Amino acid sequence: MNWLDTIVQGVLLGGLYALFAAGLGLVFGIMRLVNLAHGDLIVLAAFLVLLLASALGLSPFVAAALAPPAMVAFGWGLQFVVLNRTLGKDILPPLLVTFGLSIVIQNGLLEGFSADSRRIPAGALETASLQFGPVSVGTMPLLTFLSAIGVIVALNLIFYHTDLGRAFRATSDDRATAGLMGIRADRIFATATGLAMMVVTIAALYLGTRANFDPTMGPARLIYAFEAVIIGGLGSFWGTLAGGIILGVSQTIGAAINPEWQILAGHVAFLLVLLARPRGLFPRAVD
Amino acid sequence: MSLLETQGLTAFYGDFQALFGVDLRLEEGETLAVIGANGAGKSTLMRSICGLIANSADQIRFEGRGIGALAAPDIVRLGIAMVPEGRKLFPSLSVEENLLVGCYGRSGRVWTLDTIYDLFQQQMVAIGRALMSNPRILLCDEISLGLAPVVIRDIYAAFPKIRAGGASIVVVEQDIGQALAVADRVYCLMEGRVTLTGTPSSLTRDAIHAAYFGAHTT
Amino acid sequence: MNDHTLPSPAWTVSMRTRASSVSAAVALVVVALAFAVPFFATRAVLQDLFFILTMLVLAQGWNLLAGYAGLVSVGQQAFVGFGAYAMFAAVSLLGLDPLAGILIGGLAAAALAVPTAFFVFRLEGAYFAVGTWVIAEVVRLSLAQWKALGGGTGTSLPSGATRDMAGVRLVADWLGVRAAQATDIVCYWLALLLAVATVGLIYGLLRSRHGLGLAAVRDNREAARSIGVDPLRIKSFVYLVVALVTGLTGALIYVQKARISPDAAFSVPDWTAYVIFIVVIGGIGTIEGPIVGVVVFFVLRNLLADYGSWYLLILGLIGIVIMLFAPSGLWGLFANRTGIQLFPVRRILTGTHNAQTIKGVPHG
Repeated sequence: MNWLDTIVQGVLLGGLYALFAAGLGLVFGIMRLVNLAHGDLIVLAAFLVLLLASALGLSPFVAAALAPPAMVAFGWGLQFVVLNRTLGKDILPPLLVTFGLSIVIQNGLLEGFSADSRRIPAGALETASLQFGPVSVGTMPLLTFLSAIGVIVALNLIFYHTDLGRAFRATSDDRATAGLMGIRADRIFATATGLAMMVVTIAALYLGTRANFDPTMGPARLIYAFEAVIIGGLGSFWGTLAGGIILGVSQTIGAAINPEWQILAGHVAFLLVLLARPRGLFPRAVD
Repeated sequence: MSLLETQGLTAFYGDFQALFGVDLRLEEGETLAVIGANGAGKSTLMRSICGLIANSADQIRFEGRGIGALAAPDIVRLGIAMVPEGRKLFPSLSVEENLLVGCYGRSGRVWTLDTIYDLFQQQMVAIGRALMSNPRILLCDEISLGLAPVVIRDIYAAFPKIRAGGASIVVVEQDIGQALAVADRVYCLMEGRVTLTGTPSSLTRDAIHAAYFGAHTT
Repeated sequence: MNDHTLPSPAWTVSMRTRASSVSAAVALVVVALAFAVPFFATRAVLQDLFFILTMLVLAQGWNLLAGYAGLVSVGQQAFVGFGAYAMFAAVSLLGLDPLAGILIGGLAAAALAVPTAFFVFRLEGAYFAVGTWVIAEVVRLSLAQWKALGGGTGTSLPSGATRDMAGVRLVADWLGVRAAQATDIVCYWLALLLAVATVGLIYGLLRSRHGLGLAAVRDNREAARSIGVDPLRIKSFVYLVVALVTGLTGALIYVQKARISPDAAFSVPDWTAYVIFIVVIGGIGTIEGPIVGVVVFFVLRNLLADYGSWYLLILGLIGIVIMLFAPSGLWGLFANRTGIQLFPVRRILTGTHNAQTIKGVPHG
């Protein structure tokens, strides 16, 4: 096994997982909501980008730039109208409603697009690669990783250097007292989900161009996102990147030993971290 | 027309009734004190005014306008800011950020970070955060709890400056002496009802005692 | 002189309601009838009833976990599949009777629950839910490596294995039917037995002091601890019991199917989504709920059978709407309005205060 190559590929894969995870962690951090439909929303966005790209004959990047308004509006509306109602002390409603949503999205996509797998065509970029010494790095995986870093930098900027970010953190600390500051929690939550949809769309672009996807792939993406968040620890976006990288590297090492073990290796790494550090490797938030 | 007025204010926590028709009046430029034993309904009164508890619209009037049914974010936009009991600072925010979050969604300030730092030693951030929203009315819910007497004195010493900045004040206070010293008028609550009201000079020790604890001695 | 006649109150704690006494009698009749079904029903009806009964057991189990113990698991398919595979191993690899295989399936699932609980109990709430899902995936992926049982594509029971199952020959002769139908009949009776036993077990558990402890833990963990109820122990106990029952059910289902594959045995829609919808639509947190839910589910399935994905989509939408607007489900709506409980598990203080003669009360 070529260790260097395996690890590099794993790190780059980690960028994709970090993109999956960032949206999930962002929403959970603010409103303690784990959206079980998160993976399916990524797949939904991928189909949207595919639709725009093929119907309008656009490059995937341009299509991905056009897709966010619809996804953000959808996310905002979904949170404001449906998911806000589930927030409260009882853990059942948000879990069950988002689970139901996951099923609805999957089957809606199956009806609309059939179970065939698709791919967003990226032309020459699909196979382009760059050479860094002994390691050959695919252009798309590299772009994915750089985008992940960009997203995390942007999220940190928003969270720690803007009024909105202050409002996010205050609402997450104490919703009632944040109301005393003039912060409307229901709108903040909706904005958070809208922002998460922005990240989801970027993730969808890279998911869709990287490999085939179909309507039932959502749950697996949710699990990867979830594992990356847990491994990295709650409350830190860079931690989520670290979590994604660890997950990605575990998977590529597992795959290098035996291709059938790729996903299992990732799960095992997750379970080991859970065993040793239930709060994750770089927890920041006060729960 | 009073700046703030409550008429027959009732409040419930589920089935439990905490206020039984409280009438209260705040004129512009005044400092009011609300005193009473634990469980008398003082905090409930404050939480009703600032919108944490929902009441009937006409039970609370701000400049004549019924605000009783509005939620907290709308109330602070109107110019009523609350310093909550227990301070309730945001642990995820720095001191400066806690102050800055007070002026969320608002522009134009009377109070700046520097003037606020000058005003207080402790309690500063919580009171300052409320001032950052440029309020017409400042609600202070037990701001002296847990503080040393010297510090309490300094905080109340700053009240004239707060009034000069344009805010009328309602303060809930368990320390009767402190309340009488700082207030223009006093309301005493017991078991959700107003049992006594008047200017500090017109109230006798006994009257306050009776209103505070309830006169059920035979 | 003070005069105290100590009051002799006739307070008693009772759990019986009028409706429950009636329904107990009705239930006995229903079970007796159900037992007699194979004598006059077609094979198709029998298979439908088998499906209903096994889904009911799974639903009661999930309901006990989520509705009473506050453990929302999205990974119960782990125990369905593991129990089924353990049964397959017992029958295909060890040559045991499928009946024994079913028991082994249940025990295996319970055994799996031990390390599983160890991991997932480190998580809470939503994280717990996804954690159970991950575990199910791990088990699925691991078993897909087991070449002796067909690896990723799966395998069938050895031919004749179900025909030689204990009791099948007897039933075939007694009722004058062919072996295949006799197998279905035996499976049906086993399912009926399992369903009645499960409902009875859960009912008994909730009426016992363990049930009281569960309710205490669900409402306030710290307060429960302060009166000596150990939340971890009681949750682990419930988790294990449900795993056992789920494993038994999985094994039984796959004896009837006689063919297994990892994707089918660990299917999230079949063993988790449907189950969750049954409980949600019927009513979480009551024993009556899943019974109502499974009936509704079955009716919907028949109505929408030809519509492919629309079926699950509509099911999902109904589930969402019910969770948002009628969180106690269809049975909950009915029970709240009428106050009827068929399986009463609450303790009610009844009785009267007998005459007291208490004189000499302090003035005031």
